[in-house]
Amino acid sequence: MREFSPSAQLMLGMRYLVLVLIAVIFIFPLLFMAMSSLKPNLQLLTDTESMRAFLPVGELSFDNYEAAFSRAPILTFVFNSLFVTATTVILTLLVCSLTAFSFVFLQWRGREIAFSMIIATMIVPFETIAIPLLLMVSKLPWLGAEGFELGWLNTYRVQIIPWIADGLTVFLFVQYFKGLPHEFIEASRVEGASWWQIYRRVVMPLCGPVIATAAILKFLVMYNQYLWPLIVVQQETYRPVMVGLQYFFQYNTVWGEVMAYLTMITLPVLAFYLFLQKAFIASIASTGVKG
Amino acid sequence: MNSNLKNTQLAGWLFALPGTALIFLFIVLPFLFAIGLSLTNQRLISPNPTEFVGLDNYQRLLSVSIVTLSPTTDAQGQILRDDNGQPEYPRLRSITRNKATPEYKGMREWFRWHSGDQAKVVIARDVVFMKALTNTLLFVLFVAPIQAGLALGLALLVNQKLAGINVFRTIYFMPVVVSIVVVSLLWRFIYDGNNGLLNSVLSSLTWGWFTPVDWLGKSETALGSIMAMSVWQGVGFHMVIWLSGLQTISPTYYEAGDIEGASRWQAFRYITWPGLRHTAVLVLIVITMQAFALFAQIDVMTAGGPRDSTQTLVFQAVERGYGKQDISGGSTISVVLFVIVLCISILQRYLTRERT
Repeated sequence: MREFSPSAQLMLGMRYLVLVLIAVIFIFPLLFMAMSSLKPNLQLLTDTESMRAFLPVGELSFDNYEAAFSRAPILTFVFNSLFVTATTVILTLLVCSLTAFSFVFLQWRGREIAFSMIIATMIVPFETIAIPLLLMVSKLPWLGAEGFELGWLNTYRVQIIPWIADGLTVFLFVQYFKGLPHEFIEASRVEGASWWQIYRRVVMPLCGPVIATAAILKFLVMYNQYLWPLIVVQQETYRPVMVGLQYFFQYNTVWGEVMAYLTMITLPVLAFYLFLQKAFIASIASTGVKG
Repeated sequence: MNSNLKNTQLAGWLFALPGTALIFLFIVLPFLFAIGLSLTNQRLISPNPTEFVGLDNYQRLLSVSIVTLSPTTDAQGQILRDDNGQPEYPRLRSITRNKATPEYKGMREWFRWHSGDQAKVVIARDVVFMKALTNTLLFVLFVAPIQAGLALGLALLVNQKLAGINVFRTIYFMPVVVSIVVVSLLWRFIYDGNNGLLNSVLSSLTWGWFTPVDWLGKSETALGSIMAMSVWQGVGFHMVIWLSGLQTISPTYYEAGDIEGASRWQAFRYITWPGLRHTAVLVLIVITMQAFALFAQIDVMTAGGPRDSTQTLVFQAVERGYGKQDISGGSTISVVLFVIVLCISILQRYLTRERT
């Protein structure tokens, strides 16, 4: 019964104290955001001088939220972000898993070269190719509903298509596929199943964990997009949430409204995270297996 | 059998085609394009046709020299001194605009130091780029070890077997899912010089003894403040990677250590740390890569200021290539950044190679 000796209890208390103090550092800025969004602008700024900044005190209302909605087409931004994110995530899962499937299970000429190229792209930071990519997409052709057109700027596709395939996602699928028992696949092959059927019916149903991992990582990247939409989308019809922030700084910045907007675009992600936190943490952890 | 092989060949191509083509088109090609553009004088809108200029852009970015300024003397050869007794020096433009030294034309002072009565002045053709380069390297040099170390500390903390430990793990990871843009805006309040939260906390902890600092407004503190915030946002991510490493270490080692009477420090030093070697490599690589891409924080918080103290390579690449429409200049910086990242990943790969 060592645990109940006074010194052991003190130690336990100290451990929790450290844990809580650190938790405070991580939580307080977010708490400040949520509380400030409920306060009038003047009070928000004076409250930062004391602990009141983190407390729901004073005049509280949803006025900031109302004002934020009348200042910017928030629903459009949210829709754009969700649409772009969801479409990209789905296409990424499809395209990257197919590519990885081909690398792991199929023999074809040029396979090694293609695979090395894809792995090498993992060390190219997106920021280094943003400008030439901008130049390229501004001239790319597209055959749409209105016929042939040139240039991808100010569209959804410019926010989606360049992000579909990426080295990390292919790599995650490749690692996962390598761990699957190959006898299954050979058996299905002998039974005369086509490669597509094997992909659809045999391999993908076993891929729950890696699909969750890839989807979560891609979701975080896509929902938080900033630099790319900033330079390729000038029309508000196609703007995502992070770029929409600019509306709150164009003239007379009201910090209460900024906080309301930040809260609105952050809470859904936080809720999503808290709901699926085991999967989130597992997915980040699994990127660590690549060493 | 032969048809089966062909079938496999065709299926392989078809399956790999979409992903490989997209990566080639949207990552490899723009990357090659960046190298090409960096060898030209391309601007977005320019009356002159684009020309091939060789390595001119690189030369302009990277040329640095040291010149020595001797103190000004009067007719008797006495050194002229100002009111504080410091020697006076001729203006730098006596060198950079001197027809006798055309190689220094157009260069500006980056920084200087004194040796004896002589002043050594480091001049660069592109001072802003040099500051961006040093700031980025400083950022990586500080953030990578600090963030990796703190993340390991947190991982050890949340790896304890305590009731409710999951709650703390969840909280520490929370900033990772919040956009860096949102985080940067929030931290502008924390760092505000008048009634910022950090100043309030510090002055109440010291009973008013602490004088408020304009954290982002002073060139001495701005970069450090951005480093601290970046660590705050990213540390949870690497905590989780460390944690996955910790959980691969078999508990039997610790039991053996217990029997041998190992202290806590010895257990860490001889069991935990060796077990984390692969994880350490990965954590450092990932942090280094992320740190080199520093952009959003700068864009939201300081726009490179005050006095260029928070300029970074990516911020400059975007500002030139997009803001000033100097495509070739922006691309050149991107290529320089890529070469640095490449060198570091080769170095890291070399240092962590499997020794056979």
